[in-house]
Amino acid sequence: MNLDARTPDGPIAEKWSRHKFTNKLVNPANRRKYHVIMVGTGLAGGSAAATLAEQGYNVTAFCYQDSPRRAHSIAAQGGINAAKNYQNDGDSVHRLFYDTVKGGDFRSREANVHRLSEVSANIIDQCVAQGVPFAREYGGLLANRSFGGAQVSRTFYARGATGQQLLLGAYSALSRQIGLGAVKMYNRHEMLDLVLVDGHAKGVVTRNLVTGEVKSWAADAVILATGGYSNVFYLSTNATGCNSIATMRAYKKGAGFANPCYTQIHPTCIPQSGDHQSKLTLMSESLRNDGRVWVPTDVADCEKPSHQIPEEARDYFLERKYPSFGNLAPRDIASRAAKEACDEGRGVGPGKRGVYLDFADAIQRLGASAIKERYGNLFDIYQRITGDSAYEKPMRIYPAPHYTMGGLWVDYNLQSTIPGLFVIGEANFSDHGANRLGASALMQGLADGYFVLPNTLPNYLAGEKPGSIDTGMEAFRQVEADVNAFTNKLLSINGNRTARSLHLELGRLMWEKCGMARNKAGLEEALQKIPEIREEFENNLKVVGTDKELNQELERAGRLSEFLNLAELMCHDALERDESCGGHFREEHQTDDGEAVRNDERFAHAAVWEYKGLGEKPVRHVEELGFKDVKLAIRSYK
Amino acid sequence: MNLKLKIWRQDETSGAGRFKDYEIRDVSPDSSFLEMLDLLNEKLVEAGESPVAFDSDCREGVCGMCSLTINGVPHGGHRGTTTCQLHMRSFNDGDTITIEPFRANAFPVLRDLVVDRGGFDEIIQAGGFITCRTGSSQDANEVPIPKPVADDAFDFAACIGCGACVAACKNASAMLFTGAKVAHLNTLPQGKAEKDRRTLAMVAKMDDAGFGNCRNYGECSAACPKEIPLDVIAKMNRDYAVASVKGIIGK
Amino acid sequence: MKTTCCHIFCSSIGKKYLMALSGMVLLGFVLVHMLGNLQVFLGQEAINAYADKLQSSPAVLWGFRFFLLAATLIHVLTAISLVRENRAARPDANGDEKFVQATIGSRTMGLTGSLIFAFIVFHVLHYTVRVTHPEYQQIAHYTLGKSHKEVHDVYTMVIMGFQEKWISAIYIVCMALLCLHLTHGVSSLFQTLGIRNTTWKTNLDRLAIVYGWVIFIGFVSVPIAVLMGAVPPTG
Repeated sequence: MNLDARTPDGPIAEKWSRHKFTNKLVNPANRRKYHVIMVGTGLAGGSAAATLAEQGYNVTAFCYQDSPRRAHSIAAQGGINAAKNYQNDGDSVHRLFYDTVKGGDFRSREANVHRLSEVSANIIDQCVAQGVPFAREYGGLLANRSFGGAQVSRTFYARGATGQQLLLGAYSALSRQIGLGAVKMYNRHEMLDLVLVDGHAKGVVTRNLVTGEVKSWAADAVILATGGYSNVFYLSTNATGCNSIATMRAYKKGAGFANPCYTQIHPTCIPQSGDHQSKLTLMSESLRNDGRVWVPTDVADCEKPSHQIPEEARDYFLERKYPSFGNLAPRDIASRAAKEACDEGRGVGPGKRGVYLDFADAIQRLGASAIKERYGNLFDIYQRITGDSAYEKPMRIYPAPHYTMGGLWVDYNLQSTIPGLFVIGEANFSDHGANRLGASALMQGLADGYFVLPNTLPNYLAGEKPGSIDTGMEAFRQVEADVNAFTNKLLSINGNRTARSLHLELGRLMWEKCGMARNKAGLEEALQKIPEIREEFENNLKVVGTDKELNQELERAGRLSEFLNLAELMCHDALERDESCGGHFREEHQTDDGEAVRNDERFAHAAVWEYKGLGEKPVRHVEELGFKDVKLAIRSYK
Repeated sequence: MNLKLKIWRQDETSGAGRFKDYEIRDVSPDSSFLEMLDLLNEKLVEAGESPVAFDSDCREGVCGMCSLTINGVPHGGHRGTTTCQLHMRSFNDGDTITIEPFRANAFPVLRDLVVDRGGFDEIIQAGGFITCRTGSSQDANEVPIPKPVADDAFDFAACIGCGACVAACKNASAMLFTGAKVAHLNTLPQGKAEKDRRTLAMVAKMDDAGFGNCRNYGECSAACPKEIPLDVIAKMNRDYAVASVKGIIGK
Repeated sequence: MKTTCCHIFCSSIGKKYLMALSGMVLLGFVLVHMLGNLQVFLGQEAINAYADKLQSSPAVLWGFRFFLLAATLIHVLTAISLVRENRAARPDANGDEKFVQATIGSRTMGLTGSLIFAFIVFHVLHYTVRVTHPEYQQIAHYTLGKSHKEVHDVYTMVIMGFQEKWISAIYIVCMALLCLHLTHGVSSLFQTLGIRNTTWKTNLDRLAIVYGWVIFIGFVSVPIAVLMGAVPPTG
């Protein structure tokens, strides 16, 4: 597997501009001859499709939702980082770069992260121009707040709905191009496989989720922007439709899958209330700016109502353990600290799987109206789900699977190991290393979509003869036949288990064995059990209906088939990565007080997995990560 | 809790639909409305029956994918709440609940409770954007926008495009949806340059897509899970008049 | 974007503008008409003089009548067109059809409007053309005190009319319908014309209710007074 990252030479701050200069370009008059396929139209896919269409390329885009406006980028609440330094508090491109590399626990590619920081400022300009209603100060200038893990205020936000507003911005740009005919948009279409011609990605096969029609599409390049795979855990903060079919089918076709074990557990979610639950709801991490996290010091106090527990009997464990960051400690650290407290039996609420997030101090200090202004919509969400008012008593929160740093491996051009297959946004193994900082997902999605891919894709296209592919080619017929055969297989099993019940079983196993904390024995156990669930899936699955209609059970089963494969891949990766770093915490590797211990000598690399066939152990390759501009250090937030 | 459900079943757009009765037992009051339907579907699939098709995605009230008219009211009639955020504790044990699709000619039923809201996308494609090529924008702080203006724009931009306004309107009018986007973009200084063009184009597309006319009932705003105010319709009416007159008398 | 008058008035918002503008003409007329009627209470001389003044210039009178007729026709025909479109836009009713917000006035605009239109036709035939009651033609002319001019005795005609209980009943019921129509229409027209916001909505809603009641009380005071014998038959 060729893992040449094609990182340009030169000082880190000049790499991107040099690269843009040395990249081949496509003449504006020739661009209309090229077709590209965009799978997924969230923040990254939507912005990239719009931008490529603006440049003059023909884009065919697909999304499984009924409109691009529904992509799950919409649910990001807190904000988007940018190195604008509008607050004059010492921020800079280099500091954002440094914070991101450090926050990622030194497992990301320096050059990519620096580029991300460089273009971050342009994203804000672009979004404001599009009419994104960011929060403003009375003088009319943009407001900022500080966000999980940062010591500067560089986060731009639109109340608690930043993701929504940014997505609607990208959606509006995309819609404009659809209206102009430059983008052909196919809603309610799911990509079921990738088509390679002479080793290059040249098309996809989709299923129309309304009619069931399976169809081939040819192009000069294929871009995947299909998001993350947290739904492997069944319960996560992802939308119920989020899935890994596209990335896993690409993996099976030869794309390397990097760091699948890097999953981020978000510390501030509403705890699970029972088995009926279909998803976990995130509460923006910005709540930790004013909320204080605590549990009772004494296990005996856990059953008492919170107001009966006096101040001295409360353990503000984040403030105690991490005095300089306190409640704003990065996500992985905050999540693990909450889990530890609950493991000690000091959790609160149903099942004792929850910790308090208390606003009493902030309400006293700033007044209820100021808190309402900042977090009103979040408090409303909380009340709707739990029936409790966070103005009156502390919220209960618990960590939940949220974001996946792992994904398809890409080089500096965002191209996977398959030529012509580009991967952007959360779907790639990304710039976040082993842990993503708050408000950086929106930044990365839009950076890839607006500013990176549109500058790197032409370099590939310039070397391709446009329009040389058509769906009549044998390669397409073969893949279509495979897709149909797989669907028919799912429909013909006719067993007794629903896809949902199998997914729930897989999710529980993954959460327990490959969730917030992992160990060798548990991962080995999971690697034994996943094939058993797959066996059950293959022999005892029940899907009603046909493939020629809107059939949500069939969709669910198809998505689960890849989650099963991915779960196994994640466990392999987690097992082989015998260190703790960022979102990957191996219990064998921790300090006496429970901090993660990295092993830079053995693991300062990205692990890239190569598919070797169903049931075969995939092969692990590595891309060594050199750290020249950021010194490897122990990530301390004390 | 145990419930009786009256659910609209329809195989395809051209087919005839009808209500079918179901009973469901042991629903947790802490489950959401959609989780209650998930439970029903699990039982139906186990029994080899066709499950009820319905749309949902984020299940946290922001993507706008979920729909459903519940007991005659889109999203079930709790102010500022989408169906996915509606919890079963809002119902009583033994209740009969009527569940039907968002009804409008412009929202054809695809199956059961799933409707096609593509008309909304077309309205946005007609003009629901600010034309700004990626990379050509000025510094974000170049034009100060007074906080009240930004706040208003946000209130209007909060629309999730779920279509409850259309379903709540007895005329299936899309004025609240269209007005929200027109008001959002026309309020901001960035959006002024193509204000007239946008308003005319979006209204023309809205009419084209087969939505009905506004009768100022206010049902749309009452059903809106983001509580978009009727002001957006007034603003659109005003901007439309100005744009039309300018169009006639010339610039 | 180029627009034409046709463009505008064929669009959904344009049609609503026609409704609002024609409605505005009609509600203004209704107020003036009501004020005119109230002159019955000033006596035979006053109202007959006023009626004569209105008739004095046929050009102005007919101009005005055509203007009103046009406003009425625009209001009615646009309403019909809107209703047809609305039915097409929402062909299927909910199994469980509910209103959450809409007032009774707003929901019955079509019904009240249709009945009011029928009433207008009857009213014109009754008092203006006087075909329903040919005996009104037989009423002796009245001689104005100042000019000694012989004029139509509106005063007597009105009293004769309203002394018939069923006529008064129709008038009173129809004025109630008009009141209901106006309680929605007056506030709604500001919304349609784009000159209403949340802050003003409450005030405008109140204004509409007050306006509706003023019109109602103003109009029905005449038949009620006649029935109660408070207006003497001849001056």
